[in-house]
Amino acid sequence: MSVLVFTENWDGKFKKVSFELVSYASKIAEMLNTQTVALSIGNVQDDELKKLGNYAADKIISVKNEKLNILDNQAYTSVITQVAEKEGAKVVILAQNNMGKALAPRLSVKLKAGLGAGVSKLPSSTEPFTVFKKVYSGKAYSNVVIKSDVKILTLAQNSFEFEENTKSPAIENFDANIGDIKTSVSNVKKQTGKILLTDAEIVVSGGRGMKSSNNWAPIEELAQLLGAATACSRPVSDEGWRPHEEHTGQTGKIIAPNLYIAAGISGAIQHLAGISSSKCIVAINTDKDAPIFEAANYGIVGDASKVLPDLIQAVKEIK
Amino acid sequence: MKILVCLSNVPDTTTKAKFVNDNKVFDTTGVQWIINPWDELALTRAIELKSDAANAIENITVITVGKNNVEPTIRKALAIGADNAVRIDAEPSDAYFVAAQIAEYIKSNPFDVIFSGIESADHNGSAVGGMLAEFLNIPSVSAVSGVSIVSGQVKITRDIDGGNEEVTSELPVVAIVQKGIAKEPMIAAMRGIMMARNKPLNVITPAEVEALTEIVNFEMPKPKPACKMIDPENVKELVNLLQNEAKVL
Ligand SMILES: Cc1cc2nc3c(=O)[nH]c(=O)nc-3n(C[C@H](O)[C@H](O)[C@H](O)COP(=O)(O)OP(=O)(O)OC[C@H]3O[C@@H](n4cnc5c(N)ncnc54)[C@H](O)[C@@H]3O)c2cc1C
Repeated sequence: MSVLVFTENWDGKFKKVSFELVSYASKIAEMLNTQTVALSIGNVQDDELKKLGNYAADKIISVKNEKLNILDNQAYTSVITQVAEKEGAKVVILAQNNMGKALAPRLSVKLKAGLGAGVSKLPSSTEPFTVFKKVYSGKAYSNVVIKSDVKILTLAQNSFEFEENTKSPAIENFDANIGDIKTSVSNVKKQTGKILLTDAEIVVSGGRGMKSSNNWAPIEELAQLLGAATACSRPVSDEGWRPHEEHTGQTGKIIAPNLYIAAGISGAIQHLAGISSSKCIVAINTDKDAPIFEAANYGIVGDASKVLPDLIQAVKEIK
Repeated sequence: MKILVCLSNVPDTTTKAKFVNDNKVFDTTGVQWIINPWDELALTRAIELKSDAANAIENITVITVGKNNVEPTIRKALAIGADNAVRIDAEPSDAYFVAAQIAEYIKSNPFDVIFSGIESADHNGSAVGGMLAEFLNIPSVSAVSGVSIVSGQVKITRDIDGGNEEVTSELPVVAIVQKGIAKEPMIAAMRGIMMARNKPLNVITPAEVEALTEIVNFEMPKPKPACKMIDPENVKELVNLLQNEAKVL
């Protein structure tokens, strides 16, 4: 028996979420009195693999195969299934991100394992296995029992405080059986050097209250200063003031940074659906009755074109 | 080429979530029901593709799992431009159940491209599309922000961290779509609404499937402490609070 956790890397280095996942998995393994097995797919070297031991992985399985250089959901599902079966996994854990959302549902069917999608806490009980997750885009939560023998969980972003707990796991290279790949990939366009909105710990975001695309300099400067990503509300990307990748909300990206700064955003329910899991929200808005202040932890009623430069100044003073 | 669009019937996105029966049941009083926003965009893209004769799309079917209360939503899809509709007559108890039902239908009624939304606005499961593909043992592409047909080949744009890539897949394929797939959802015109009345809506008996999960109850988010207001003339105070109270700087 084991708890299996699927880790993700970026150019051979683990993403931060992978450590969160392993730490989370090890807590569930503790509840079930079993061990944590971490699976890495891709070209990750032993030095990097060992880092998973810092978050209490008992065993690391590494699958390296050229065919897996592209994400083919069927091939990945098959590899994870082979490992899950070999390790007698009772729970399989992935991230609630692009890759996790692509793979977890397939695994659920392949392993006939109920899926808890976007869980944000440890299970409240293991018998019956009860998980806690967001529903109605963050307007409520639900407690869900997973009835199958094997369970699949995807962990919501930034929802679990991970801790270091060092073990020295053995690394096993596993030669998975990979069948025909039915998809192919071309024309990869990837920005580098920019902080990814979905990974960012701080996000500075602008809404229609910024008035025009020409007024984005203070948002970008503040973001740069804080090591933050930039985001926007839907009308801003619809108008073409900002790129579509920045659109957050119900129909855009769903994010959960530690700090979300919203300037000139009214706080429509569909916008909040994408950002309400942020740990701390700051709102800057000229309208004291704007709904964003109900969601915010800190608020300034004022003109963003004046408040943002002052904020930049104040941040510079502490850096 | 035949296209299937999976539809979910969800509360309007402005709906306040309320629950009854000891927080066990979602309170539907006064709720407006809509086509799940991503499914609506998928349908829009399917119609756009069909409108180009070169793409040789024979028809667009929409499918949903639900009791007859979902019929207005499925009629709306027909009014927007789907050619025919299928309703599998069962309460959609969980994603596994829904995907299994749709898979059963597809096994005897094959399609080339199957669209599903990245998540439903109610249970936020991001699950049906991927599960469906696995039941059918066919490829799935997730985080899809574009679909086009170039000389009979389906070209899919998939979002990846920090960008996107083009995926070519064997058919049939399940495309799990998100923002970008279409610009604005198409709106039903009067003519469409009239025509929808005569379009076929097939009601099907569900297959024997057991759900793997069960909702115990719902909880409301803990009320947030009131927003601390800071004097616009004293922005330094905000930085101080972010640093020393919230500890996020
Ligand atoms: C199905 C559906 C899905 C949707 N999905 C999304 C989504 O994913 N994301 C999203 O964002 N929206 C979404 N929307 C749109 C949403 O309802 C709102 O229309 C949108 O969020 C409003 O954007 P905004 O706050 O930038 O603009 P507005 O609502 O116009 O607000 C602008 C704000 O700026 C303030 N302001 C004006 N001047 C200044 C100034 N000088 N300084 C400071 N403040 C100023 C105003 O007081 C106002 O509060 C969706 C809508 C629907 C129907």
